[in-house]
Amino acid sequence: MAIEVNKCVGCGDCVVACQTENNVPMGYSRDWIIELARGEYPNLFMHFESRRCNHCEDTPCVRTCPTGASHVIEGGIVKVTHDECIGCGACIEACPYEARYFHPDGYVDKCTFCDHRVADGLDPACVSVCPTTCMHFGDLDDPDSEISQLIKSRENYTLIPEAGTAPQIYYLK
Amino acid sequence: MNKLNRRDFIKISGTATAGIAMAPPLTGIWETIFPKEKKPLLENEAIKTPTVCEVCFWNCAGWVYKDNEGKIKKVIGNDIDPHSNGRLCPRGTGGLGMYYDEDRLKKPLIRVKGKNGKSEFKEATWDEAFDVIVKNMKAIEKKYGKESMALLFHGKTGPHFEHLFKAWGSQTMGEPAGAQCLITREAGFIATYGAGLASPEPTDVRNTDCLVLIGNHIGENMHNGHVQEVSALIDKGGTIITVDPRFSTMAAHSTKWLPIKPSTDLALLLAWMNVIINEGLYDKDYVAQYTYGFDQLKEHVQKYTPEWAESITTIPAGDIYETARMIGGASPRVIIHPGRHTAWYGDDTQRTRAIAILNAILGSWGREGGFYFPEKVKLPKEAHPPFPKPKWSWKNISREKHKMAIMGITNEIIDHALPEYKGPYKVKGMFIAATNPLQSIPSQDKIKRALDNQDFIVVVDTMPAEITGYADVVLPEATYLERLDHLRTAHHRQPNVALRYPAVKPKWDSKPGWWIAREIGIRLGLKDFYEWEDFEEVLDWQLKQVGSSIEELKKVGVKYFPRKTPMYLKPGEEYWFNTNTGKIELYSTDFAEWGYDPMPVYKDHGDTPPGYLRLIYGRLPMHTFGRTLNNPYLFELQHDPLLWVHPKVARIYGLENGQEVWLKNPKGKVSSFPIKVRITERIRHDSVFMPHGFGNKGRIFVDGKKMEMHRAYGRGILDSEMIYNIEKDPETGGTGMRNNFVTILTENPHNKKDKES
Repeated sequence: MAIEVNKCVGCGDCVVACQTENNVPMGYSRDWIIELARGEYPNLFMHFESRRCNHCEDTPCVRTCPTGASHVIEGGIVKVTHDECIGCGACIEACPYEARYFHPDGYVDKCTFCDHRVADGLDPACVSVCPTTCMHFGDLDDPDSEISQLIKSRENYTLIPEAGTAPQIYYLK
Repeated sequence: MNKLNRRDFIKISGTATAGIAMAPPLTGIWETIFPKEKKPLLENEAIKTPTVCEVCFWNCAGWVYKDNEGKIKKVIGNDIDPHSNGRLCPRGTGGLGMYYDEDRLKKPLIRVKGKNGKSEFKEATWDEAFDVIVKNMKAIEKKYGKESMALLFHGKTGPHFEHLFKAWGSQTMGEPAGAQCLITREAGFIATYGAGLASPEPTDVRNTDCLVLIGNHIGENMHNGHVQEVSALIDKGGTIITVDPRFSTMAAHSTKWLPIKPSTDLALLLAWMNVIINEGLYDKDYVAQYTYGFDQLKEHVQKYTPEWAESITTIPAGDIYETARMIGGASPRVIIHPGRHTAWYGDDTQRTRAIAILNAILGSWGREGGFYFPEKVKLPKEAHPPFPKPKWSWKNISREKHKMAIMGITNEIIDHALPEYKGPYKVKGMFIAATNPLQSIPSQDKIKRALDNQDFIVVVDTMPAEITGYADVVLPEATYLERLDHLRTAHHRQPNVALRYPAVKPKWDSKPGWWIAREIGIRLGLKDFYEWEDFEEVLDWQLKQVGSSIEELKKVGVKYFPRKTPMYLKPGEEYWFNTNTGKIELYSTDFAEWGYDPMPVYKDHGDTPPGYLRLIYGRLPMHTFGRTLNNPYLFELQHDPLLWVHPKVARIYGLENGQEVWLKNPKGKVSSFPIKVRITERIRHDSVFMPHGFGNKGRIFVDGKKMEMHRAYGRGILDSEMIYNIEKDPETGGTGMRNNFVTILTENPHNKKDKES
C-alpha cells in the first residue's frame, strides 16, 4: 500500500469505510489517522497519516503467536484466524505499530487489507472511498506494477523502520 | 523528523487500538444494527438503490447497499456522479448512521406543557398532530393573516414545505444557508457578473494553474467534488495560495500560505489588484472587451499599495508582490475562490465583490481553468393552480432594507418575530423544517425571545435538536435513505439529473417530507395543489418530459443530458452579461444608485480587545454542523471538539492539553459546557479556534421520559451561544459573525445548583 501524504486531508473516510465494510464494533477501529505538525507559527509543516497494520515482511506478531492464529496468507497479508485465537495478547505487545486490538468477542482483530475484496478484484474499502485518491493498493512483488512504479518515482518513508519488520505501507511525500 | 522542535501530535480518529480507548465503546446500538454478524457484504452480492446524500448539501449521488435481509450495510458513491465520482466523504460513507440512530424522533409529539425548550410532550398519532397544526395555522390566519406564519427550512426537505406555504398563501420564508452562509458571496458576484455561483460552485479547479483560497477550508469542509479537484491539482503540481489566520489543512498543502491578521482580507485583495493592474499583469483584451469601469478601478486601487496592506494584514509587502505576480502570471487559468460561508465581518458583499473583480481583471470568468459556464436540466413543474399572492412576504421583510437580499433573511424574520416589533410584517407562527435555528442563526437569546413570542411552532426533523423543545408539535421526518425527494438538478459541467429513492421503509412512525406537506395541504383545503397520491408520480412525469423515467433513474442513479451552450467563452466572442451595462461591472452601477460603495473600500474592523481572543469557528471534515454529531459512526470518528490555543496563550492561562475550559464573552455570557484545550502552533496568538455545531443542549420529555441526542449532548461549546456581535452586511442583511471575542475560564463557572440548568 502507498499513501500520498501531500494529498491526505485527514477526513477519516478510510476509518468509516473500514467500519461499515468489516463490521468493526463501535469503540474500536482497524485504521486511524494521525496529524503531525511541526514548526513555529508561521513557519509550519503539517501532514496526516492514515495508519493501520503494516503487513510487515518480518512479522513479530506471527512469531509470538502461540496458537498459529496469526499468520501470513499468500500475497503477504497478515491475518488472524479468530477461532484459533485465545486472546493472550502476545501479538498486541509484539506489534510496534499498535495495529491490533482485543475484539469484544474475545479475540484479536486487525486490518486484513480487505482480502475478501482483493480476492474479488476490488481495492480495500479504505482505498476505494478516499476522496483525495491519496491511497493506492497493489502488488509490491511485481516491480512493474503501478504501485511499485509509484513508490519508486516518489520520495517516501515507512513507519518505525528501525523496528526491522520491513513494513509494507509506504508514505509518499 | 523527530529532531524538529514543537512537534504537535494528535490522533484524530480511531478510538481503540491496542486497548487505548479514547471513549467508552458504544455498545447496545451495535448489536441492534449488526447482531453478531461478521461477514462483509460485497457490492456485487447486494441489492442496490440510488440515493442522493443529505448529510451535507453538496448532495453527492450514491448507491445504498442492502443484504438479502433488506438491511442497509453501506452507502457508496455513484461512479458516474460528477459530485462524488464514486467516492463519498466520511459523512456520506457514514450516512447509514443517520438511519440507524436510536435517538431519532420516532412518533409525532404534541406539547403538553412548558416553555423555554424544556417542554413536555405526549406521543400522538399523525391525525392528532395534523389536527393541532391545521387548527393553529387557521387561528394565525384569522388573527394576523397567513403571512404571519413563517417557514424556516434547509436542504431537500425545504421545497415540500415551500410548495405547501405558497399554495396556502404565505411566502414569509428563509433558510440559514442564505444570510448565515453564502448570500454575501452570491450578491458580490451578481453585482459584478449578473450571475451568482450557487452550488456546486462552477470553479474549474481541476484545469486551473493557480488556485487562491481565502478563509476557505477545502479539506476541512468536505465539499466532495472540490476536495477531489484540489487533490487533482496537487497531482498536477498546480499553485495553491491559501490566505488564513490558521494553518489549515489546505494551508499545509499549499505552495504558499499567507497567515493574515483576521478581518483584513479586503486589504490584501485590494493590494493584489494594485500590483496586478500597475504591473500590467491583467488580461488586457478581456478587460477591454467585457468589463465596465476599469479606469475608475485603476484609480481607486492606487492608494491600496502592498506597503499599505502590510501594515494592516501583517503580511510582508514582499509576499504580497510575490503572490500577486504568481496570480497574474497564471491569468486567465486562475481562480480566486469565492468561498462558501462568507458571512464574516459585515462588509462581506464588498469583500466577495473584490474577489469577483479580481477574477474579472484576470480574465478567469468563462475561461478554462477559471470559472466555467455551468448548465442544468430544467424540469417542468407539475401543473397546479396559480399560487395566491400574499399581502406581504420575505421580500418586504428583507429587501426594503437590503437591496441585494436575494432570498429570505432568516435573522430579519427573527427580528419581526420579537415582541418589541410593532410594524406591519409581524411573525407570530413558525414552521421549522430540517433546520435548528438555535445553532444556525446567531444571537441565541434573541431567537429564544422570538420563539417564546410565537403563538404556534411546528418542527419537522429527524433528530431531537434544540429547536424541538420550542415546538408545539414535532413531526418525525424519515431520513434521506428512507424517502423520495425532488430530483437533484444542480448545475455542473454537464447537465444531469440524480434520483434519491427510498432504500428502505421509514423506521418507526417517521414519514417523508412530501407526505407530511401533502397531508397538511389537503387538510387546509389545498387538494388542487396536490393532484397526485405519491410524489413518485410527480418525479416520473417530470422525467418523462425530458425523455427519461423513474425506472431508468432507478437503474443508473444519475443521467446526463447534452449541453446547449459552450462551457467557456470563445476568443473574442460577443457576450452579454446580465448587468445594467451588459458588461462585467468592475464599477457597480446598481450599488452606486443604491448608495452602496460602487467599488470595494477597505474598512477597519478594530482589534482584539485586551484580555480577549478572537473566536474563529469552522468545520471538521467528518461533521456537518450539529446534524451529524449523534450519528454513531461520525460520533465515533470525532466526538471531542477541541479549542485550539497558541502556546503563548496556554502559558498565560496556564493551560495543558486536554484540560477542560469554559468560554466567556464580553457581555458576560458563559458557555453552558466546557471544551478541551489543544495547544497548537497552528493558530495565531490573538485567536482561538473551535469547530461549529457542538455544544448540543436539546432535551425534551416525552410522556415523562427523557429524549435527547445522548451521544452529542453537552459535548463542547456551541459558537452561536458565544456570538454576541453581529455585523450586518448592508447590501444583503447577512450576519457577519467573525468579530466576536472570548476569554478562557479554567474554573467551572456553573456551581452545582444551576449546573446544566
